[in-house]
Order: sequence, then C-alpha cells, then structure tokens
Amino acid sequence: MTPTLTAGLGLKPPHYEEARACPAAGLWFEVHPENYLVDGGPRLAWLHAIRERHAVSLHGVALSLAADAPPDARHLGRLRALADRIEPALVSEHLAWSAWRGAYHPDLLPFPRTGEALARICANVSAAQDALGRRIAIENPSHYLRIDGHERGEIDFLAELSRRTGCGLLLDVNNVFVSAANLGFDAAGYVDAFPGEAVMEIHLAGHTPDPTLGEGLLVDSHDAPVCAAVWALYERLVARIGPRPTLLERDGNLPSFEDLLAERDRAHAVLAMPEALAA
Amino acid sequence: MNAAAETGALARFQDAFADALRSPHAPSDTAIAALAEQPAFAVYRNTVMKGCIDALQANFPSVARLVGEEWFRAAARVHAAMALPDEPSLLRYGAAFPAFLATFEPAAGLPYLADVARLDRLWTEAHAAADAPALDRGALAGIDPGALGDAILHPHPAARWAWFPDAPIYTIWRRNREESADDSEIEWRAEGALLARPHDSVRWFALDAAGCRYLDACASGLPVAQAIDAALGAEADTNVVRLISALLDAGAFSRITHAPGHATPRSLP
Repeated sequence: MTPTLTAGLGLKPPHYEEARACPAAGLWFEVHPENYLVDGGPRLAWLHAIRERHAVSLHGVALSLAADAPPDARHLGRLRALADRIEPALVSEHLAWSAWRGAYHPDLLPFPRTGEALARICANVSAAQDALGRRIAIENPSHYLRIDGHERGEIDFLAELSRRTGCGLLLDVNNVFVSAANLGFDAAGYVDAFPGEAVMEIHLAGHTPDPTLGEGLLVDSHDAPVCAAVWALYERLVARIGPRPTLLERDGNLPSFEDLLAERDRAHAVLAMPEALAA
Repeated sequence: MNAAAETGALARFQDAFADALRSPHAPSDTAIAALAEQPAFAVYRNTVMKGCIDALQANFPSVARLVGEEWFRAAARVHAAMALPDEPSLLRYGAAFPAFLATFEPAAGLPYLADVARLDRLWTEAHAAADAPALDRGALAGIDPGALGDAILHPHPAARWAWFPDAPIYTIWRRNREESADDSEIEWRAEGALLARPHDSVRWFALDAAGCRYLDACASGLPVAQAIDAALGAEADTNVVRLISALLDAGAFSRITHAPGHATPRSLP
C-alpha cells in the first residue's frame, strides 16, 4: 500500500543526504524536472536514491502550456523518460508561458485569459497528458501586472480547463496572497471559490516586497518562511476541502534541512486534523 | 505552428510581450506598451535576466571565480541579452558562451578566458552524460596480445578531453574550479585535460598531446594500433603502455570491441 502523502519539501542539492535519510511520516519531495533532464550522472543517481525512500513529485516550470504553440515534443519526450524512471506521485505545471519561437524565458509569463487562450491551453494540456501518460495538475501563477482583455476570471478559467481536459489543479496559496495584494482582490474569497474537488496538490511558500517598489509589489520569491496570513489561508482551505499533498517551496536563503522540516511539520499537523480546523 | 496560430491574438500578445522583455524601448503594440509602463513589468524583465545570469554563473564557475562575480555577471548579462536559452533545461545553457567570451571586447586582456569556459562546458557535458561502467586495466588482460592492436577502445560517454596549444588552460581552470589558494606563478606552456566519471562524480586529469590524439583516434573508431600511431605522431617518445593504463585508470573508456575487417595484427610495443 502506498503511504499517504502529507506535507513535502522542495528538494535542494545541499540537503540530498538528509532528505534521503529523513524518516518523517508522510514526507515527500518535489523537484523541477528540468534540472534532471540528463542522460545519467550524479544528479539522476541522487534522485533515484531519494526515490527509493520517498515519493517524488515532478513540478515543471518550462512546458510553456499557455504559449500559442504546441508543447516542445523533444522536451515532452525527455519528461516522459524521466517520469518513467522516477514514477512520480504527482506531475504538475503552470498556467503560464515561457518558451516562445525558439527562445526560453526562465519565468512564468502572463497572458489575457480569452476563449482563444483557453482553447489553445486545453489542447496543450491534453497533448502533455497524452505524451506523459499521466494526469497533470495545473498551478495558478503569481500576478504582477494588470492585464486588459481577460474574458474569464482565473478560477473560472482553471475550472473549465480541468473540466475539458480532465487535468487536476495545483493551488499555490502564496501565489493567491501575492496576486491578491498586487492586483487588489480578496485572497480569502479566491481560496473559498477554488474548485476543491480538482485540487491534487497545494503549494506554500514565502514572498518578499519588491526591492524598489516595497510593499506595493510583492514578489513570489521563495526565499523566506511562509507568512502568517498564508498559513491562515492554508488552514482555511484545508478545513473546507480536506487534506491534500502540500509542498513547501524554498529556493533562496536556504535554511538548514532541520529548519525546513520544522516548517513542513506545521503543514503536516494541519493536514492531520482538518476537522479540528473546521470546528 | 499553423497560419491561424501565427495571426491569433494570443500569438500577437506573446510576440509583443517577448519583444518588450528584451528591449528597453517602448513597445509599438499599444496593449503591451500599457503593460510595460507598469512598474511591475520590471519583475518579469529582472526574473528572466536573473534566471539566465544565474544559470551561466552556475555553469561556468571557474570563469566566474577567475574574473570575479561582478565582472562575470555583467558579461553574462550581455551574452543573455544576445542569446536567450534555446531550450528549457538551463543546465545546458551557455553552449555559445565560450565563443562569446573569445570576442567580448572587455575580455581582450584575458585571451585564455574562452578556453577556461570551454573546460567548464566540458565539465557540464561530462556531469550530465549517460552512465556506463568504466573499463579497468583488467579489461585488456583477457585479450590476446597479438589481437590487441585490432581492438577498438570506445571512449566512455562521460569522457571529454581537449588540447590547448597556446596556454596552460588546465592549470588555470583547475585552480579556479578547485577554488585553490595556490597563486604561485604558472609556467606558460601548452596543456591538455581529460574529464571523466570513473565512478560517480566528474574527475579531472592533465593529459598530454599524445593522450589527446590517442583519444581522438579512439573516438573516430580507429583500432588501438592506429591510435598508438596517432599518439606517437604527437609525441614520439610516448610510453604507450603507461598512457593507456592511465587512461583506463581515469575511466576514459567504457567498451572494447574488435575491429571489423582486416587491420594488420600488431602487439603493444
């Protein structure tokens, strides 16, 4: 029987050994597959060593599913090969684009949520799921810009994407908080309206004010602990939809594995008693 | 992409947005111009550029240490502005960076920099190459000495080597790659290097011109006898037994096969 995944951690090379050895119940690890698309060598060996002890999730950042072009077939082939080797518990990507006309922009770029975009992204998500042979979860990105021309709200867009393609959703609570602050909407209202039945995974992370614009612009920087307001949104979400695999993302100002694990344990505790939160 | 996609509103948005990320000038597309005017547009510009520069710094650590972080990141920014990654795995980003450094005006006083970058690049290739058991000396033990000249030694998938006729690139690269405190004077001479993965991680070794020629011949599929000729052609006094043993110990080969056809039998001298 596969053990239930509770709260996991983004896997960082400095923590490989501690991550592999850690016996915490429900612990799992997430990686960006782009960092492991190699033919062999120590990176892949480490990922295999960790996979022998823990469930692993592949969280892609580069499929560019919101580009008005089919996903890169070679990249999809490499992802499939990695997925077949690692047998991930979850595979996810973003509602964003990054590759365009042969150039890869290492970021998650926005677009107007039109009917045209929805049709294209549905086709791309279906193509990705077919190529990978797996259901994938699509994540709500962080927003910084006010874009004219949206025909659908983000939740409506994601729900329709899930309905048409069968894909799951990944709700990044920190992205909701950052976007709500930047664009001026109600984060709790967004979390409350998100289609819970489609949520395959939840993300938590820290953010920071923009170095030049300050509190007026929050950046999804993944370089700080999860803030109290995001914890509150998370508890509110879990109380409503029940426990889902939850990942703590940390990329910058990397603390010790022990400190990350303590933060992860807090999410684990929330998942262990959602009824208490709802009460 | 089909013609409909080329002319769709989403494609036009992405064309204009991508242009605006790269160019500091006001976009001609009015909708994108309105986005680029928002202070938050800088978050995307900065994230894209930082992602490229961070990747180059991670992929060329010896160059970065040699020139210092500030100089490196300024050079990386110029390169990234000219050549964004062409694929989503940033660990392979920078194939054109050594050639860029060779023509980068501010690096004119550091003529060895491009070759140091080439060794960093070879390290990345060796690091990410396919796994295969490395041949050890025992692999040759079972072969009839008379047939050895006809055997073909196949370089290991992770083996990379280069000869630098103009400068002690290996010593310069190694001191920086190893973050060595050794700042003694470097003898100015030609040098070569072998990078390989005999076990798990990438290891590096000095390699003379004969060794580089020997491996070039093996990579071309030439049998041992002709590879030896190539090595002796580079350095006539090469001890080929010692050379081949050292290459085996370094993990330079993964397979030995027998040459097809009718090469002249020849034993090791």
